[in-house]
Amino acid sequence: MKKLALTDDILLSVEKPARYLGNEINVVMKDLADVKIRFAMCFPDVYEIGMSYLGIQIIYDLLNAREDVWCERVYSPWTDLDAVMRERKIPLFALESQDPVQDFDFLGITIQYEMCYTNILQVLDLSGIPLLARDRKDGDTIVIGGGPCTYNPEPIADFFDIFYIGEGETQYYRLMDLYNESREQGLSRKEFLIRAASIPGLYVPSLYEPTYKEDGTIACVRPLVPGIPEKISRQVVTDLNDVTYPEKPLIPFIKVTQDRIVLEIMRGCIRGCRFCQAGMVYRPDRQRDLSFLIDKAQKMIEATGHDEISLSSLSSSDYACLPELTQYLIDECQKKNINISLPSLRIDAFSLDVMSKVQDVRKSSLTFAPEAGTQRMRNVINKGLTEEDILGGAMQAFIGGWSRIKLYFMLGLPTETDEDVEGIALLADKIASEFYSIPKEERPNSKRVEIVSSTSFFVPKPFTPFQWCRQATKDEFVEKQKLLSRKMHSVLNHRSLKYNWHEFDLSLLEGVFARGDRRLCSVILTAYQNGCIYDAWSEYFKVDVWREAFEKCSVDPAFYIHRERPLDEIFPWDHIDIGVSRRFLEREYKRARQGLITPNCRQSCSGCGCGQYKTGVCYETQD
Amino acid sequence: MKLRIKFSKKGEMKFIGHLDIMRYFQKALRRAGYDMVYSKGFHPHPVMSFASPLGLGLESLGEYMDIETASALPMDQMQENLDEQMAEGMKILKVVRLDDGAKNSMSIFAGADYRVSFRQGFREADQPESEPRLFSRDQVSTFLAADSILVRKKTKKSEIDLDIRPLIFDMVLEDGGTLFMSLSAGSAANLKPELVISAMCSTFSLAYDPYQLLITRLEMYADQGKDGRRDLVPLDRYQIWQGEKQEDP
Repeated sequence: MKKLALTDDILLSVEKPARYLGNEINVVMKDLADVKIRFAMCFPDVYEIGMSYLGIQIIYDLLNAREDVWCERVYSPWTDLDAVMRERKIPLFALESQDPVQDFDFLGITIQYEMCYTNILQVLDLSGIPLLARDRKDGDTIVIGGGPCTYNPEPIADFFDIFYIGEGETQYYRLMDLYNESREQGLSRKEFLIRAASIPGLYVPSLYEPTYKEDGTIACVRPLVPGIPEKISRQVVTDLNDVTYPEKPLIPFIKVTQDRIVLEIMRGCIRGCRFCQAGMVYRPDRQRDLSFLIDKAQKMIEATGHDEISLSSLSSSDYACLPELTQYLIDECQKKNINISLPSLRIDAFSLDVMSKVQDVRKSSLTFAPEAGTQRMRNVINKGLTEEDILGGAMQAFIGGWSRIKLYFMLGLPTETDEDVEGIALLADKIASEFYSIPKEERPNSKRVEIVSSTSFFVPKPFTPFQWCRQATKDEFVEKQKLLSRKMHSVLNHRSLKYNWHEFDLSLLEGVFARGDRRLCSVILTAYQNGCIYDAWSEYFKVDVWREAFEKCSVDPAFYIHRERPLDEIFPWDHIDIGVSRRFLEREYKRARQGLITPNCRQSCSGCGCGQYKTGVCYETQD
Repeated sequence: MKLRIKFSKKGEMKFIGHLDIMRYFQKALRRAGYDMVYSKGFHPHPVMSFASPLGLGLESLGEYMDIETASALPMDQMQENLDEQMAEGMKILKVVRLDDGAKNSMSIFAGADYRVSFRQGFREADQPESEPRLFSRDQVSTFLAADSILVRKKTKKSEIDLDIRPLIFDMVLEDGGTLFMSLSAGSAANLKPELVISAMCSTFSLAYDPYQLLITRLEMYADQGKDGRRDLVPLDRYQIWQGEKQEDP
């Protein structure tokens, strides 16, 4: 039995000790004598969140398939253990071997949301790895970041040696080979990083230098050494039927957020919603074959014993073989008493029929994401969903037995007027009216309907048509949210409506990081040193400490979020080539202002630039 | 058919709480191909129950779980299949078929044996020279000689004084210094080993550090005694299947 990094008395005094044991079913253990490269893969949030993320499982399997690499996992210790580790000077350890992360060749950190930035510093700090890349010496762990936030990595550029831009399946083996070679040749850290920068998709921020104009915007970002690319191109898997996919995923002992088998049916999205970063940066739409998915589903059911399976994609309704796949799962899973979960389905006759087979309609709610309350506003964001679709879908749902509807909206979208804000309440009210138009005796189980509307505050993201847009100020957000609350209370069916809203402080900070530049590194470092950690958890979010950090570093957050940026401004992320061209985004930005809809990729190609990958929907349409 | 599964839980697994162990077994039983009987409804769950939850941090050599299956292979095969699915630290010791009318282990659980020792790390630090001992032989016999041992126990509404002496069936200081205890258990009169240790510590004015001691549950029993006389039998030997009942000609 392995020796744990933490003693019994510590494990028994912290919450959920199972977070720190590394003894899950299907865990990969290796003999150190056979291993040349030790890789610690980290999700910088608590175990239950990190364990729910498919991406780590994919990289875990991919790297462990190599005999010379042992990939282990690391998560942020929860605040209780964090305090104990600092007090007793216990170094952060990887779960499988329980060895200090400091002894590893690589620390890979997946960065899924901006609000985990201070947790990255927590992980480095507890590991005893210098926080700033420039302070790391030969022999120190190489810190590599990946995931959606690395598409604008500048606000955290000082903390990383390498960013991996794109899908993990493509370049990790080349990086491992290069590392082995460099070590055999006795190359320095710097020499290794210069070579790594030539691998497509690998961005070594220390080898690039931004210069600024007098107005504070970027003048240019230049490579500092010859021979490395000026632009770093996102790596894309061209055949999703020919890549590693976990067949024996790890099974945690404690209940985690995604406590089920996850079947990723496709990547990318054809829809082109203008606010959605994922819809732009994961293009093109690439689908997995039905036979591939059935094979993986069977293997994972056998290897895990999970009692639930969930489809994963940005828009499951756009998966071509969805009827066949759901039919297979229903037949197979009901026999075995396995539940099926079908997120991100558009509400139509087909999906209602499928959902009625896999869930108890009396107890579950249906979710619509109209994102905006008026047709004008929905056209601006290119959300191809009409009021007719929504009301028709809701009516079918009511007849099918549902009586609880959840609606998701955003406040603060570009060009939004008071009418658009109030339109959210009016739409919710109309849906309720649809319900009450059904004669009482024919209404589903309950005689009342419940319409729950939630609003989040719009955050403009890089590589979207709204990357030029100003984000609403805190006061504007407050006004909009109050206006909507009042309207919700004044409509006819107000007793059937509920309204929830998100916090605005988090949305503003998220906005700053999303479109920020390297000057934010010092702000993040200062905030961390002054006690910020787990910012994504509202109970730990310290807005005052953040405000002080900005002041101390003389950085004005408004510069990053409250300006409408000119069309020719150079952005901090312009040296990353994400696939969609800046020209396309600009065209979309202008069409948004005119309220023009752009057809989805399957209807017609709009020339976004992702045709360069020669795969997926871009190829279908050319056939 | 009703099956009773006996398992051990040691090492790292002692940090996995009872609810998580239930979820763990649901998955392990699926992987092992057990033909489980499920509850009805949209979220069916397998029919299973445990004799008694084991506290976090305790180890056990004799835990019991009852399940219901629609069919079964020979019991040693069932044991092997499930054992293959165990995490390190868990072992399936035995699978037995119960009488169709057998009561579940939770309702018949009447007593348990425990062994108390020092946790790894503490023994060396605290008593580097002498043989480690939790208590002296004299202390054990003095403790047992009392007519009654009152401890404060919190109930839902208030605190009461509970006499734990009648609930201690046996207590022996073993060679090597570990302490063996046989205690009353179950819904009627449940006595936790931690409570006995803390009572002993307070009797002899010793500091009680719960993290210092490792408690191992050794076995769990049903009481098959009659007329108020105790007759403990391990749960895997109580109401077990005797084959199809043959009608006398």
